[in-house]
This record gives sequence, structure tokens and C-alpha cells, in this order.
Amino acid sequence: MARQIAPTSFDAALAALSGAAAGHQSVRIVGGATKLGWGRPEDAPEVEIRTAALDRIVEHNAGDLTAVLEAGVPLARAQRQFASAGQMLALDPFLGPSQEATIGGIVSTADAGPLRHRYGAPRDLILGITVALSDGTIARAGGKVIKNVAGYDLGKLFCGSFGTLGLILAVSVRLHPLPVATATALGVSDDPGTISRVAITLSAAPLELEALDVAWRNGRGGILAQCGGAQARRRAERVARVMRKAGLGRVQIAGQDRELWARQRSGQRSADGALVRVAARPSALDDVLRAADACSATLVGRATIGHSFIDLDPEALGTLANRLPRGAVPVLLDAPVEVRGAVDPWGPLPAAPALALMRNVKARFDPANACNPGAFVGGI
Amino acid sequence: MESGAELVGRLQRICGAEHVLTHPDALATYRSDGLAHYRQTPLAAVLPGSAEEVQAVVRTCFEVQVPWVARGAGTGLSGGALPIADGVLIVLARLRRILSVELDDGRVVVEPGVTNLAISRAVAPSHFYPPDPSSQIVCSIGGNIAENSGGAHCFKYGFTTNYVTGLEVVLSDGSVVELDRDAPGYDLLGAFVGSEGTLGVATRIALRVVPRPESIRTLVAFFDGTAEAGEAVSAIVAAGIVPGAIEMMDRLSIKAAEEATGAGYRLDAGAALLVELDGPEEECETRFEEVMKLCRGDGLIDVRTARSEQERELIWKARKAAFAAMGRIAPAYYVQDGVIPRTRLSEVLRRIDELAAEYGLQVANVFHAGDGNLHPLVCYDAGREGEPQRAEELAGLIVKTCVDAGGSITGEHGVGVDKKAYMPAMFSEADLDAFQRLRCAFDPHGLANPGKVMPTPRLCGEVPGPYRQHPLERAGVATRF
Repeated sequence: MARQIAPTSFDAALAALSGAAAGHQSVRIVGGATKLGWGRPEDAPEVEIRTAALDRIVEHNAGDLTAVLEAGVPLARAQRQFASAGQMLALDPFLGPSQEATIGGIVSTADAGPLRHRYGAPRDLILGITVALSDGTIARAGGKVIKNVAGYDLGKLFCGSFGTLGLILAVSVRLHPLPVATATALGVSDDPGTISRVAITLSAAPLELEALDVAWRNGRGGILAQCGGAQARRRAERVARVMRKAGLGRVQIAGQDRELWARQRSGQRSADGALVRVAARPSALDDVLRAADACSATLVGRATIGHSFIDLDPEALGTLANRLPRGAVPVLLDAPVEVRGAVDPWGPLPAAPALALMRNVKARFDPANACNPGAFVGGI
Repeated sequence: MESGAELVGRLQRICGAEHVLTHPDALATYRSDGLAHYRQTPLAAVLPGSAEEVQAVVRTCFEVQVPWVARGAGTGLSGGALPIADGVLIVLARLRRILSVELDDGRVVVEPGVTNLAISRAVAPSHFYPPDPSSQIVCSIGGNIAENSGGAHCFKYGFTTNYVTGLEVVLSDGSVVELDRDAPGYDLLGAFVGSEGTLGVATRIALRVVPRPESIRTLVAFFDGTAEAGEAVSAIVAAGIVPGAIEMMDRLSIKAAEEATGAGYRLDAGAALLVELDGPEEECETRFEEVMKLCRGDGLIDVRTARSEQERELIWKARKAAFAAMGRIAPAYYVQDGVIPRTRLSEVLRRIDELAAEYGLQVANVFHAGDGNLHPLVCYDAGREGEPQRAEELAGLIVKTCVDAGGSITGEHGVGVDKKAYMPAMFSEADLDAFQRLRCAFDPHGLANPGKVMPTPRLCGEVPGPYRQHPLERAGVATRF
């Protein structure tokens, strides 16, 4: 059983991390504990540092569209505060059954939802970062202004690093205005080719969509395009016309679209099956849909970015791997632990020079190899 | 250690003798980048013709442990491409092929010497590449990657780093690494973009391009002063409007730009605010009306809207000419690139005015008002005794004022050699040490663009293993931290 520590200050967090490292103990950092199953199943950590008590919204500079959040702030809480000023942090991954996902955990796993279409991933919204390193250092990179190129962009380096480089203490982020209204155009087809073609058409059109998602289930799929702004409804009508013309059926517009998008977000996780995130060329969407269909899987994804989240029976993982188009990059996120132990969830190893570089980075930032050892790509 | 002549011979065998420059006259062009008061003559400038030649040049430099600097079009404004004496300058100008245009995937793949504008042209008319530094006609995408370039439209569209999806990079030991946005593992792509040529050299670049906006509406509003124009910016942002561009000029820069361009800017105005909205037509129209209303606050003198593309170009012409036009005010100037939280604008501009008065110098202000990126131009006459020094000191104080206001020493020009002395104003020793960890992971021998970004020369300790003295350390040139 891991020794659990819930530091209440940056110094205490640093002491917990560097103390464990000095004692050659392995450390796992836990935020809302919603994604603990991701990555390689490593040995049980000896120390678990929980960020729950590092939960201050340090700054919300509404006029500057920026905020500074401690790592343990649940994103849902921060969003409520931002919304009161008509703003949002444009990150909308699935936040867990009780919305407990923290900003630190979301940044560490580079998790994102449908809004990635327009606003990007955590890497695109993070302005600065404060981290504790295992050798007893607290370091800061970036800043808290929207535009800044001073120094290396360590914020991006820590995005998606799965707690293997150090402990994220706080991040500064860019905010965006909440759209004054939203409306979603949606349509369906049972032909992956049609869905793919419509997705490409909409991606290439000057529609400035908030999100452009695809969904597939039981041999039928659909496209959802969200418009946001003062003229959201009129714009959605225009999108609907494009959808009809391009061959989608049952095209409609949802003015109340909150539930629709909540379903897309929850489709990115699997409670009892396996969930594979696939990155592929957007133009290969039809092949990805056919691969999912061959596995009787459910799929949600970002059409323009080429990211699909495929929920399937773990038994079908081999079939999926064989059917995915060339160049597709699968990563196994959710799966029973015995499944994750039997395959490398990160997929094929990166090419040797890239992996060597990653190992160099790990060795420089966490020379004691204390931070989440073994969980990451290539056993880092 | 072989002699310089031997190294030059090897470089000639790689790239061909005509692509290796060593004569001082031939090297004159390459002694500085866009910041011409820093000059250095390298041992040689090589112009490789392929990624393989770049790799061979870098590998050769590694074998003889000679430092090198990569250079794109040389338009940078922080001395980032300043050569190193006795080092090699790798000029990427011959690598200018557009390798593929894949609009179904919203993507282009190019070589580093392709100009920024050529990318938008390659994907026109349906798409464009948003980051648009003022030098976009000539600056290279490789240089944009090194500097994480921005431009007038980045408040809405983001920076170079938001558009790079893949890179082929030659590391300082001559190995080649593919960095891909979608590959599992550390975001080394994100760490590389904006690293000012200190982590390696990019030889192939994949970029995201986006649909060209359907509608563009542009206005310029003239105000009594920058405080009133700043109020209008605040009102626009508070209304949840994100303009494609929102640029401000003060009285002095209006005067210089108007004299240079005759664009019709009002000389009686204390500030000009250029606002451009783009997007879907209905949205753009609605929001443009709102912006017009929001500008009609205190201190408004006049608003002009562009009714045609020609009128739009004229409005932009004055803004884009502002730097060059400053020659009409003073023979020379220092341009700074500090960033402040936008809401501190009035107070920082007041402080700059006070400092300018104290130093008896004129400071013109041109800035990206949406994101608080100032470009104060500190005017001086090099012919006047002590004035260049006073101007440099004043420029430094302006940078520090920005940091004190919670901002940054540089928003888009980069640190290079020009601002490295200011890094400690923004970052602690522990922060700089963290930067050095990344640097050492990529380039443990410190051969890629050494002497830039970091305020003092640093070496990489071995991880792990026993301590070995670095040649530069032996020579007393650098110390270990």
C-alpha cells in the first residue's frame, strides 16, 4: 500500500517528492484519480502524492483572458468561476462520473474533448507552468500573458508526460469567451465513405465551428457540427444545408445541444471494455470507421484532427489493430489491467532516435527515476 | 582538432565548393540578422541543398566539435541567427521546396527555407497559414519555427507552435529525429518550436492550414489618446469579441507612418486603433456593428471602415510601415518586444512616457493590443554623444517595466543575444536550470547556436557518470552550473 501524502503547499509538495526520491522510492501523482488506469501498469508506487489540497484558483484575470490554477483544482469548479465572467477554459474532456478530474491530471495526460477542434489541446492553452522536480527544485517556465516566447516551452513538455518528469504544481492558462449561444447541426449515414466525405467538406469550409465530431455505433454513424456565437442558429442552418447536399440523412438542428456533446465526451471512456484512441489522417476517417465497425465498436472522434476514440470488447483489439489504416497510431487508454499488462498500451515503440531523446529528457528532469517509473512510452 | 581549412574542405565535399562561403566579402551578408548592430563573421557559411547535406554538415561539426548556427532568411530581430566566430553558419535558403499540399488533411509539408507567405499561397484560395509576422514576404518557415513567430493575427489564431504538426530535426550529433504531434511520448515537438535554434535544425516541416475566412471587415478608429483607445479594446474583449487583429499606434508612430504612406491616418489623433474581424459572414457583420458601437466611447475622434479590399490594404499599409517609417523621426531606434497583461496598458504606457521624458528621448509605440505585446521604438541619433547608450538603457528599463507588470521580455522576437541579459529579470536560477536540462537532453555538447537565450554560458553535466572537463571549460570560456 502506497504511503499517501496530500501536501498543502508547494514547499510541502516538493519535500514529499524530493524526500521520496532521495529514499529511492517511486512516486505516483494523483489528481482526481479518474485516469489512473492509463499508461503501462507499473509496480505499485511506494509514495502517492495527492494534489487535492493544492486547489486554489490563484488568479482569474477576466480582462486579460487568463487564469492561474493550482494542479488540484477540479476543472469543473474552475469552469463555473470562468463562466460567471462569460469565459471558459476551452478544454472539455470527460471529467469522470462526479466531475472530479483536475487541471493537473488533464494537463499530465493531455486529455481533451470536442472543443479541441477549434481551441486545441492542453498544450495549446497552457501559458506557463510551475513544477517540482525530484532533485529538490521548483522551476517555472512560460508566464501568464497570452503571448510570450522567453525561454523554453516546458509547459508543453509536461503536457502529456504522465507524471514522469515531475510534479505539476500550477499552470497558467489562456481563456476564451463563452459563445453567447450555440447550435448544433447533425446528420446520419450508414456509409463510412459518406461520413468521411462530409467531414472533409465541412473541415475545408470557412464555418469557424466550435467542434466537428463524428460518431459511429451499430452500423450507423453521424456528424455533429457545433456553431457558437451571436448568429449560431443561422450558421447551423447553413451547415445543415451542406450536410443534406452532401448526402447525410435526418439532418436537424439542435438548439439545446448540451446533452449531445456530453454523450460525445463520455464516449471517450470505457467503463468495462477497452478504449483505444487512434490518431490518423483525417482523410482516412472512412477506413477508421470500417475498422471500428468490423469490431462492433462504438466510436466518437474529432473529424478535422483525425482523433478517434474506439470503445470495444478487449477480445477485438487484435482485429482493430489489423484493420486500422496504414499510419494510424493507436494508444490503449482504458482496459482491464490484465489486458494492459499483456500488450503495450502505447503501441509500437517510437523510432530509436526519438526514444533515445525521450530517455535523455527523462534522465535530465528526473535523474532519480522516481516519478511514475515504467508507466510511459518505452517503459520510461 | 583539425584546422579551419580542413573543416572547410570537408564542408565543400558535402555541399560543393560553390555553396561554402569563406571570403570576407561573401560572408558580409551573413554577419548579422535583422538586428544589424550585432555582427560576427563565421568561419564559413554553408548552403546545403538537401536535408541529407544538412545532416552531413551537422555531423561533421559534431566530429570536430565546432559550434554552428542555423539561419533562415535572416530577418530575426533578436540576433538569434548571429554567427559564432570560428563556427559554421548553416544557411537553409536553398531548401525551399513545398513537398506536398494535402488539403483534405488540412496540411502542407515544406522545407525550412520556404517563405511564410509562400505557404499561404500554396494553399490558396481555399486555405491559409495564419501566423503572419510582418516580414512574412521574406522570412522563412524554418526561422518561424525557431522563434515561434506570431504576427498581427495571433490573438485570434495563435502562434507558429499551434500549427506545426510534425518536424524532421537534425540533432547536434547529426542524428535525425522525427517529431510528430500524434506520436505517443513527450511533446518534443512543442519543446522544439521556439527553441531559437539551440536544440537542432528542422529540415522538414508539416503544418496545419485552415480555411480562409469567408468575410473580413476592417476599421480604424482614431482617439484622443492611447488610454481611450485602450478602453475601447477592453470593451471589445469584455463583449466576448475576438478580433482577427487589433492593433494600436500612438501619436508619434501615426505621424511617421502617415508621412511615409499617405494612408489617410489622422494626424490630430493621439492613438489609432485598427480592428479587423473575420469569420462567417453573418457572425462577422453582427460583431462588426458591435465593435463600431463599442468604439464610440470617450475620446473618439473618427472611425473609418474599409469598403473595399483596396481600402483595407491602405489601412494596413500604415500599420505595416510603422517600423520602417520611424526613420523619419530619428536616424536609429531600438525596438522592444515586451508583453504586458493587456489590462495594465494605460499604466505601463504612462511609465514609458515618464521614462522617455527622463532620458530625453522619443519613444513611439506600436502594438498588438489584443495580447498586450508592445513594440516600443526607442528613437536615437548615433551621432550624438552618449545617445545610443542612453537609448539602450531606456529600452532595458521598458523591458523591466513589462516584467514588473506581470508580463514578458519578449512576445515574438525571441531572446537571442539581444535579450538574454534580461532573462534573470523574468526567471530564477532554478528556472534557468530547468531550461538547461532540456537543452542538455537535446544537445549535451552545446554545439547548436551556443551563447543564445541563456544569460550566461552553461555546460551540461553528464547524466549519469563521472565528471569530465569540457573543452570550453578548460579554455575558461564557460563554467558549469
